[in-house]
Amino acid sequence: MKTAANTSFGPPGRANDRPVRGWRDRVFSAASFFFVSVFIVFVLVLIVADVLYIDSQAVLTALTSRFVLGALWMSVWTSSLSTLLALLFAVPMGYALSRFRFPGRFLADAVVDLPIVFPPLVVGLTLLVFFSQTALGRWIQDDLGIEFIFQPKGIVLCQFVAAASFAIRSAKTAFDDVDLRFENVALTLGCMQWGSFCRVSLPLARNGIIAGGILTWARAMGLFGPLIIFVGTAGGVRVLSTTIFLEQSVGNLEVALAIALLLILVALIAVTGIRLVGGSAMVKL
Amino acid sequence: MIRTEKIIFQVGQFELKRLSIEIAAGEYFILLGPPGSGKTVFLECLCGLKRLKSGRIYIDGRDVTNLEPRLRNIGYVPQDYALFPHLSVEQNISFGLRVRGRSQDEVAETADMLGIKQLLSRSIAGLSGGEKQRVALARALVLQPKILLLDEPVCALDEVTRQEVCSQLLAIQRKLGLTTIHVSHNLEEAFSVADRAGLLHHGVMQQVGPMDELVNEPNSEFVARFMRRDKHSEIPKS
Repeated sequence: MKTAANTSFGPPGRANDRPVRGWRDRVFSAASFFFVSVFIVFVLVLIVADVLYIDSQAVLTALTSRFVLGALWMSVWTSSLSTLLALLFAVPMGYALSRFRFPGRFLADAVVDLPIVFPPLVVGLTLLVFFSQTALGRWIQDDLGIEFIFQPKGIVLCQFVAAASFAIRSAKTAFDDVDLRFENVALTLGCMQWGSFCRVSLPLARNGIIAGGILTWARAMGLFGPLIIFVGTAGGVRVLSTTIFLEQSVGNLEVALAIALLLILVALIAVTGIRLVGGSAMVKL
Repeated sequence: MIRTEKIIFQVGQFELKRLSIEIAAGEYFILLGPPGSGKTVFLECLCGLKRLKSGRIYIDGRDVTNLEPRLRNIGYVPQDYALFPHLSVEQNISFGLRVRGRSQDEVAETADMLGIKQLLSRSIAGLSGGEKQRVALARALVLQPKILLLDEPVCALDEVTRQEVCSQLLAIQRKLGLTTIHVSHNLEEAFSVADRAGLLHHGVMQQVGPMDELVNEPNSEFVARFMRRDKHSEIPKS
């Protein structure tokens, strides 16, 4: 049964856990909730507009097309792999930036954020210049035979460069939030630094790291600009975002929107799934 | 036995200045001092959590100055206890045993000694201040250290619980024969447990001796002022 207490705006928790609030507090809560409502409604309206625009034929075309399903699979595995790679870097980097004082730490901290500030196209352009115009890049491509340009590996590299900063930044913030005294106590209890990291810091930073992983995956999944430049739109390297671009560029706007909705659906399922696995109450984005 | 020889530790503007002290085996030593005097830093130096600029630390005659914290066999209870919030009470107490690959049989025995056996399955979040203090103590004691360092172990507790815990600390210390350094700024607490006390100020050990000596024969105006707070107002103003 609804009561006045549990239908009112206010902080989370059981009704009797909340403090007694005056009308100004209620106005403040209502104002906060207003912005939450406006944002959510706005996003939902945009999605609904897309849904209303397309018809069942477009959905059927999108869901049965070999190219679209191939692009979906390409998007999922490349963004998952780039997220894993990003986390592989993010955890030690976040820990090092949080815990160690070394010359150039502030510079390193700033460089970590650079890819976030880069226009996405610049990431693709930079990678293209590096691998095609520099001796080191050509050596990697030609002599080592690790080809990135116009290859699926290039998709993963683009996604990694464009999105890893989110994972690193989140991991650093998460480790910053872990009190150093926990690690110190672990050292006196018999841990080496590696042990205190694995047994104490990492579990306590887990939620922040998962949140960073979600952001990274979401960013990688929707990446478009650098891919157009660095890997192109050929059949073997097509992801959902580039497929949407191709469909709308030839006038198939309904199919493009149907694919966009598929992308949103997959992202929603994945993000919700990760949140549930990671502990929905604890994952803070 | 703990012996420090002219230890110097520097961080920012603060410095522990050539601090030398000897604490006998099985002694209950209270380290007094105002906030910011270096009490916690001194304990962290003993634990190996801070690297000395110079000086030596000996435990039972063995030079441990450059020994890692895990190898010093010191039980350390930091301020606010630093219990691991992602582990249960039992997992907190058994943490050191698991790290060292030792049997966890002693967990129940230690919990029993401290009267917290009923808390073993609980999470840390739901514990009261007194319960947290006992869990932190159990976590340190279960490893059977020779030395116990307590950083303001009862400051967060109410008066009644504080007295009760102090009595318990002293009883355990006597029973196990632990060499104990207990950091405090509370004189009543110090009187209730200390064999001897030392007063630290600005990183310098001002005076060391039995509590009565610090109260009745202060060697400086600062010691006199510090020790005459609270109930010892009979010490004349200088």
